Amino acid sequence: MKILPPVSIEARRLLPSRWDLLAAVLVLGFLVAFADASRFLVHPLSSISGDYLKLNPADLPGYALRTSLRMLIAMGVSLAFTFTYATWAAKNARAGMLLVPLLDILQSVPILSFLSITIVWFLSLSPGRILGAELACVFTIFTGQAWNMAFSFYQSLRTVPPELEEAGRMFGLNAWARFWRIEAPFAMPSLTWNMMMSMSGGWFFVTLSEAISVGKTNIALPGVGSWIAVAIAQKNLPAILYAILAMLVVILIYDQLLFRPLVAWADRFRVSSEPSDETPQSWALTVYRRSRLLDLMTAPFEQMMRWSYHWQPPSFGIKAAVRDVDSRLADIVWHVVLALLGLFAAWRIALFFGQAHFSWSDAATAFGYGCITLIRVIVLIGLASLIWTPIGVYVGLRPKLTALVQPVAQFLAAFPNNLLFPLVVSLIVFWNASPDIWLSPLIVLGTQWYILFNVIAGASTMPQELRDAAENFGVKGWLWWKKVALPSVFPYYVTGAITASGGAWNASIAAEVASWGDHTLRAHGLGAYIADAVNAGDFRHVLLGTIVMSFFVVVVNRLLWRPLYWYAERKFRLT
Amino acid sequence: MAELLNVEHVRRTFPRGGGEELLVLDDVNLSLKQGEIVGLLGRSGSGKSTLLRLIAGLARPQGGRLSYMGAPIEGPAQGVAMVFQSFALFPWLTVLENVQLGLEALNLPPREMRERALAAIDLIGLDGYESAYPRELSGGMRQRVGFARAVVVHPNILLMDEPFSALDVLTAENLRTDLVELWGNGKLPIKGIILVTHNIEEAVLMCDRVLLFSSNPGRVSSEIKIDLPQPRDRTSAQFEHYVDQIYVEMTARRVERLREQQARANAGIEMPLVHVSPNQISGLIEALAAAPYDGKADLPDIAYEQELEVDELFPVAEAMQLLRLADVEGGDIKLTHMGKRFADADLNERKEIFSRSLMSNVPLAGHIRRILDERASHSAPKSRFLDELEDHMAEDAAEDSLKTVVSWARFGELFSYDDDAALFSLENPT
Repeated sequence: MKILPPVSIEARRLLPSRWDLLAAVLVLGFLVAFADASRFLVHPLSSISGDYLKLNPADLPGYALRTSLRMLIAMGVSLAFTFTYATWAAKNARAGMLLVPLLDILQSVPILSFLSITIVWFLSLSPGRILGAELACVFTIFTGQAWNMAFSFYQSLRTVPPELEEAGRMFGLNAWARFWRIEAPFAMPSLTWNMMMSMSGGWFFVTLSEAISVGKTNIALPGVGSWIAVAIAQKNLPAILYAILAMLVVILIYDQLLFRPLVAWADRFRVSSEPSDETPQSWALTVYRRSRLLDLMTAPFEQMMRWSYHWQPPSFGIKAAVRDVDSRLADIVWHVVLALLGLFAAWRIALFFGQAHFSWSDAATAFGYGCITLIRVIVLIGLASLIWTPIGVYVGLRPKLTALVQPVAQFLAAFPNNLLFPLVVSLIVFWNASPDIWLSPLIVLGTQWYILFNVIAGASTMPQELRDAAENFGVKGWLWWKKVALPSVFPYYVTGAITASGGAWNASIAAEVASWGDHTLRAHGLGAYIADAVNAGDFRHVLLGTIVMSFFVVVVNRLLWRPLYWYAERKFRLT
Repeated sequence: MAELLNVEHVRRTFPRGGGEELLVLDDVNLSLKQGEIVGLLGRSGSGKSTLLRLIAGLARPQGGRLSYMGAPIEGPAQGVAMVFQSFALFPWLTVLENVQLGLEALNLPPREMRERALAAIDLIGLDGYESAYPRELSGGMRQRVGFARAVVVHPNILLMDEPFSALDVLTAENLRTDLVELWGNGKLPIKGIILVTHNIEEAVLMCDRVLLFSSNPGRVSSEIKIDLPQPRDRTSAQFEHYVDQIYVEMTARRVERLREQQARANAGIEMPLVHVSPNQISGLIEALAAAPYDGKADLPDIAYEQELEVDELFPVAEAMQLLRLADVEGGDIKLTHMGKRFADADLNERKEIFSRSLMSNVPLAGHIRRILDERASHSAPKSRFLDELEDHMAEDAAEDSLKTVVSWARFGELFSYDDDAALFSLENPT
């Protein structure tokens, strides 16, 4: 399958367009609005602390179930968002101009900042009850999943083969029917792949966002994440191992019952004429397909969809294809509305920071910490690349080994590595090692696997003829790596490294401050800066840290990954 | 006979950069009567597929009128079905489901839908393939599904957009004959067919009337009535006569225009260049120089002999005309003096001949070379020329022209081009 580029690097241009700037202002305005509201909401809320959690292994399956349910709900919300937002962006050129850059900015905002900034507002929705916290948790996972899913769907909608659309229209399918019968199926393979990626990242955030304290507000939702938090506080190593085990089982079940079947099912939506030699298999899908019960359950739904195809919706992008004349007036109105919106957001931001008594030295501090974290990310991604690229190539060239290692690598990418943090942290405490150095590996602990399995995928698709040619001409050793292996896997490596680096920024908030019992280790960096501000309930510094981190992420994407990706696409893409 | 379709003075433009418009179809007239197969024949870019999409209601014209059974066409009309060049089958639906899709919107009871779909599958010779997925089928079988899907709605008009051009020669012929036979027996529930093609023999084989399209902008340049009984014999003298006639008509106009452009004093860089590789040119020159042609050939003959489609042969012939390596006249192609020298030369001499011809006959090549000579660095960025070309032509045409001139200049070693740096220069890597 051709994996489309993620939103952060999809465009080739490096300089921000006015749409990028507008998107940045709007996102920032949105965050400011929440942070502003939260300042006045902090006090009256009661806390749901983790005292009820007794670390009794018998309770763990129940907690694991609740954690995975949160995940499932968030996935549902993300799908709903994907189908609406991306469709709007793809069908309406005016909306698309703003909505796509908006995704780019949104995905650069660290997930945990979303959590800390919105949680107080969510709690205020149902004071004293657990519902608000649940909503905040689901929202956090949503922010970790939705953007790349929406973008992949948007890309798919834009690349539906025109003749399929034309055939649909020739045979009288209306826009609604075309969406479900042509566009959505066409987008399915790439969407399922992105759902899997999202889910992979999601486990990390679900466990992290279950137990959080923002200022005086302490939340511990029943779940594996809270379990871990309590276990850390109690220095209970066996409990941590139990949690790790529970999570392994949960992810395995998700994989087998949900994603394997989904991928196997989505395979038939591939639009390639060549029969592929390896169709994904899933025993669960076979069971589902043969099950009468499932047929009975889905039949009414199918019937309903069938009816809906004949129902004429008022105007669902019907005119989009035949709209030859753009109405200039509507254009002007749209631009004016956006300009006003942008100005309003800018005014709110100015107001917020005006009241906050920021000095330039505050900003400089955050920026300095940003540089430290940047170095940390670059060095560790570099180290991970040095280690995993050769291994990935070695594995990818051996089909049997690939079949063995690839699922493990994908599994490791999905595993919420924050569960492993306590193990590492307890060692650092024990050896009394420098946190600035030894906490660093934690930020790539989970994301390095993206590099590995992308490189494996790249190496395994390397044409046999190229390998034969290299062998025939006696290309060996370093020359072979330089001229044959590395260029072939390079585009794949870049895709993996982009995901890994994005994940590393996010992980830095969780990894640069870590505790073990009453020991708290703190590395210097932007992640620690944000994490401390969250703990102190200091929204101004959370916001400042968030802005700086988004800025770093966007700049790194544009100055490093974008040029690298397009260079790789142009020069090394083999198929 | 009742008129199924009427197209009057249709004009279609596409917006292109800078508020300008590209005229694709200009003043096109066409009618389709009951029981007729009408062919739209032209080179790629002549707007014939655009016209087909206007008739299908998939796009709107900027001027003129289209009416189907007396009513104006305002969107995809019921009773107009289309067969696509790339088949446009839904890979996630089985053969049966693909065929049923045509009926889906008619809101028929499931049972009737199934029966009609099975009947169409039967008629087109797809029995036994009902539950197969398109990717399991060969190209020919896939296009049969495309036909069945169109036929199942019992359309009044069947639109075919180069339906055989993605198939290999044998499969295409097999499908054509089957279709002509079904049509001749009156077994197809269809009243009239419009066939878009660039294959001259296919048009003569299948159509009652052929409309020839000229390019830039697309116009109907002439109409030829094929007065032969079905089934037609490709080897008969009348058949060959029709094919010859169409060849002459199709080349004459283009070559005339090319000559005009070249003859104009200071012919400029605005002459768009169609991409043809130097190897194709050398190949055709060699074939022409050899027996039995000895420097002069009938275009249909050499197309057949070299297994070239019209769309492949004409651009090469025109490039040779442009480079003055050959003359195209009245359906014949004849090597010039230079062309003959080229045929006899070794590789280095060929490069030299080619290079000189480029300098004197292709204004863009000469222009680039002069700029490179004048500059102290002997190099210039691609954008320098691209911007200049875009003043005269659409963006993609400008890209194409540059790509062509690069490929020719590389062969003639007139100048070199580094794609990574997007830089023209006089240096050749040593």
